[in-house]
Amino acid sequence: MLNVALPKGRLGEKVYDMFERAGFECPSIKEQNRKLIFENPEAGVRYFWVKPSDVAIYVERGAADIGVAGKDILLEYEPAVYELLDLGIGKCRMAVAAPADFVDNPQRALRVATKFSKIAGDYYAGTGRDIDIIHLNGSIEIAPILGLSDVIVDIVETGSTLRENNLKVFESVVPISARLIANKASFKFKNEEIVRAVEGISRLTEEKQ
Amino acid sequence: MIINDSVISGGEKIIFALREIYFKNGFRPYRMSKFEEYDLYAKNKDFLVSDNVITFTDTSGKLMALKPDVTLSIIKNIKDSPDEISRLYYNENVYRISKGTNTFKEIMQSGLECIGKVDGECIAGVVSTAVQSLQAISGKFILDVSDLDIVSALIDRAGDLKGVKNRLISLFGEKNAHEAARICRENGAGEEYIKAIKELISLYGKPEKIMPELRRILSGVGLGGEFALFENIIKSFDKAGIADEVNIDFSVVSDMNYYNGVVFKGFVDGAADSVLSGGQYDNLMKKMKKKSKAIGFAVYTDRLPVD
Repeated sequence: MLNVALPKGRLGEKVYDMFERAGFECPSIKEQNRKLIFENPEAGVRYFWVKPSDVAIYVERGAADIGVAGKDILLEYEPAVYELLDLGIGKCRMAVAAPADFVDNPQRALRVATKFSKIAGDYYAGTGRDIDIIHLNGSIEIAPILGLSDVIVDIVETGSTLRENNLKVFESVVPISARLIANKASFKFKNEEIVRAVEGISRLTEEKQ
Repeated sequence: MIINDSVISGGEKIIFALREIYFKNGFRPYRMSKFEEYDLYAKNKDFLVSDNVITFTDTSGKLMALKPDVTLSIIKNIKDSPDEISRLYYNENVYRISKGTNTFKEIMQSGLECIGKVDGECIAGVVSTAVQSLQAISGKFILDVSDLDIVSALIDRAGDLKGVKNRLISLFGEKNAHEAARICRENGAGEEYIKAIKELISLYGKPEKIMPELRRILSGVGLGGEFALFENIIKSFDKAGIADEVNIDFSVVSDMNYYNGVVFKGFVDGAADSVLSGGQYDNLMKKMKKKSKAIGFAVYTDRLPVD
């Protein structure tokens, strides 16, 4: 039985479709209810919906054999898992944004508001800029407007949220997309099933490209 | 004296079972009864599983440490005789940061070291002892073996990748072929080498199945010599009767400032991460100004799926 952790939401539904086409179907998952675990013993698969940022934890600890997580989460938490495929969906980028009239003052530490403290820290360590990290859990965009920070480091998809809040992208930090990850021990003990899923899904992503 | 079985925990039974295996395979106990200076660990920080060390000041005013590791101490204290071979095993408490709680924990570690004249037979002996150790822990186990010299030689040959070599090695560790290919491409590596790197990252299975594929991949990029050396090691595994017990997996990587050649990791059913880890560490020996070669492994008893 292959245990798959799917990220709740639109991305997770897309990911499930990929698994289904790769031969791991589980029709009950499409029923409209509040269940979180779905199983199809015939296809040898069990899915569960978890919070997107928790997928990596389930996989690292072996509660899920494989799962799909954003590269942002993998860079931020560095879970000890295998990253087997770039699914090429859920594409966006991590970027530095600030009010349009922002000018960096190198005389003092740059105040950076972000949900991704490690990614922001690593990025500015690479540029040699001294920063002060303000860790927030949401509504990052309002931090520079209220004077809480100078810039933000956050995920940018279309840029419309930024525009609506009069912010603009100043630098791109790293491109993000959904990745198929596997638990290290499961990869060995359930190798045949995991390789079958990886090969099936990788054919789909190649066709798309 | 007869000890009632119910008063010995599962973890303790395994420690005794491992001790018996090590002894049967010709290893002798090493007991660490004194403290090392903090300096020993600070100088080799990256060799340690976690780089935080508990320190205290000794009566002489020297800064000492509670051991985070046993290997460094063994290397420091053992006579350097490159023509002989010392086989030592240990059961010691080590003090490390636990990843989950980010606090120090006392962890019982059991392991062994072969120091001196390390040849193919010696490597096969150590790997065979690792297989027996995993067998004692669980009926369902896997030992993955890799060769760091092959990984290193392929990256060196692929182009001017010195600046990104460490990053590439960690991508090998993640089985992250797509990201490794992207980084190689950005740094101007040739397509045939990128293909070889991607194939090497994805290889996984028994030697019988993998060796012909490995020969094809490596001879295609002029690394036939490296293949031949690894083939000899696998042949010595065959002789020791363990070739069917191991898998070849180039995602087993370790810091190349310390390790080289054969490295391996052991997994048992029920544990989410490796429970045994080891390999050749001639580079660490050189760093500590010793002429001997060395190989060893440790079993992380805190990760075992037992009571």
